[in-house]
Amino acid sequence: MAPVPAVPGPVATEPIAAVPVAAVRVPAAGLRHQARAAFVVWQRELIRFTKDRARMVSSLVQPVLFLFVLGVGLSSLVSAGNGAVDLKTFLFPGVLAISVLFTAAFSGISMVWDREFGFLREMLVAPVSTTAILTGKCVGGATVATLQSMVLLALAGFVGVPYSPVMMLTLVGLLFLMAFMITALGMLLAARITQVQSAMPMVQLIITPLMFLSGALFPLSGLPTWLAVLTHLNPMTYAVEPMRAVVFDHVQVDPATRATFDPGIVWNHWQVPVAVQVLLVVAFSVAFLAAAVARFARTE
Amino acid sequence: MSEVHLATTGSQAVPVPPPAVEVRGLVKRYADIEAVRGIDLDVAPGETFGFLGPNGAGKSTTIKILCTLVQATSGTARVAGWDVASQRHAVRRHIGLVFQEPTLDTYLTGEQNLRFHGELYGVDRAGAAARREEMLRMVGLWDRRGDDVQTYSGGMRRRLEIARGLLHSPKVLFLDEPTVGLDPQTRASIWEYIKNLHRSEDITVFVTTHYMDEAEHCDRIAIMNEGRIVALDTPDRLKAAVGKDRVQITTEDDRTAIRTLRERFDIEAAVREGVVSFAVIDGAAFIPRLVAELGVPIRSVAVHRPSLDDVFLAHTGSTIRDAETSGGRMDPMAVLARRR
Repeated sequence: MAPVPAVPGPVATEPIAAVPVAAVRVPAAGLRHQARAAFVVWQRELIRFTKDRARMVSSLVQPVLFLFVLGVGLSSLVSAGNGAVDLKTFLFPGVLAISVLFTAAFSGISMVWDREFGFLREMLVAPVSTTAILTGKCVGGATVATLQSMVLLALAGFVGVPYSPVMMLTLVGLLFLMAFMITALGMLLAARITQVQSAMPMVQLIITPLMFLSGALFPLSGLPTWLAVLTHLNPMTYAVEPMRAVVFDHVQVDPATRATFDPGIVWNHWQVPVAVQVLLVVAFSVAFLAAAVARFARTE
Repeated sequence: MSEVHLATTGSQAVPVPPPAVEVRGLVKRYADIEAVRGIDLDVAPGETFGFLGPNGAGKSTTIKILCTLVQATSGTARVAGWDVASQRHAVRRHIGLVFQEPTLDTYLTGEQNLRFHGELYGVDRAGAAARREEMLRMVGLWDRRGDDVQTYSGGMRRRLEIARGLLHSPKVLFLDEPTVGLDPQTRASIWEYIKNLHRSEDITVFVTTHYMDEAEHCDRIAIMNEGRIVALDTPDRLKAAVGKDRVQITTEDDRTAIRTLRERFDIEAAVREGVVSFAVIDGAAFIPRLVAELGVPIRSVAVHRPSLDDVFLAHTGSTIRDAETSGGRMDPMAVLARRR
């Protein structure tokens, strides 16, 4: 998964103990120990999230605004030409992705606070690999983001998307994967940010282009070349498209309309299959996580 | 206190306990400064070992090398028998760390912080809860275990960090300036906890401080200055080696008293903070002669045994405070920490 091995090198030979100690035993580090460490880091993310009401509310409000205000406001323009698909239906997967983007980016960047308040050091001096710590953190950020997006998923019926179990489960999986990627990206950035004050502006700086250049808010068909190039370079594009494909698979729509609203991703005349898009997101996730591990392992 | 040589004196085959800390020719060079300039050190198991010196003396760098956080430029160091360079994880499993800067998650409760630590260190789950309780009780935080650390005072946070550092039953507990920034009363109570540790734990304590008075609590101390160890012994022996006591007197006529001291006793005295102050061998025995022969009425007399401040002065030629303010070299790690 990442360049740092999960199991540390040759296990040290035990020197002769001075006195037999009747205290807790700390076993040699193995895969199980690494998993436990990752698990408790994940747990901490959940505990902290449940304690942070403001964050819970704020990261929900914005996507709901996008979905209903943008959806309703712009639909008067769009429906004039094409009434086959509600704009809100089109926006639904994009807005799901945006909500995950906000929460996950924040989770990743929160490493800056962990460092500022010293807790990062407590984690990095433990006898476990940096990979285990950062993986736990990433899965934690992804879990929190996915849990939040469930509230939006529950609103599917209001925007003309059916409550199909298969679609819902697929969406949850895709959302989780995307959240993992964004959290890893956030952590990678956090490794470079040393000032708490610059963390939030930095989050804004990455969120905005990722969001606007991803096809979350407009279809990727018929874009001018410069915009098409930028969207195709954006990792988030490959996370949004599969979600839209899944939603359109479950919505009654004629092929022509679908071709307009869900044109997929085309590389130089090659229609990129959804499976390849998903694999790309996996690859991005691993690359971001590995880079973050390398950075954090070096700084401590 | 147990000594390293215990094995050679025993007739049966007593296993040789490895020194808790064993340092040979340790050097740490940064781009433009040499923070540690070749130190050798042995700390026996069970000892409370004090590491003294002004900020920038190289204490923090040394402790970071011992904790595997910084790599030495040359030389070797072993902690609890493991090499800090090649067996980092083994070292980390067997040491407890309390840093100068706080490292708690203030949004978690006291007990959650300990639980997190236990999992991170792979502490056996069977005994973990009992161990948490034992540690929390030891530092007097059991009743507050369910409160967020945000609500703890500075002293409580320090105590929680000490409890956490001990949770995985380390062989060596490193405390880097554990009392910095705390009020005198809290400082005293932290030291009570540290001293009492030996009753319940089989542990070596390695503590750095730049408060000279705190070093009195240690079995042995090393004084570090400009990257070198300039003195290493028990506090009493270090003080005895300084030899002279400090005498402070107030008189009717300080200037005459100072002149008489110089002319008749060959002693250089000076007025410091309104009192005439000088150093003399065996101050208590000197007082009767002083009173009889000074020729100036004396209002008060105070004799001080040498303090560790005097020891530091004797070995470095400056007081610890002067060494810090004029001190020149900054501790590179402190600079790094601040910059982050």
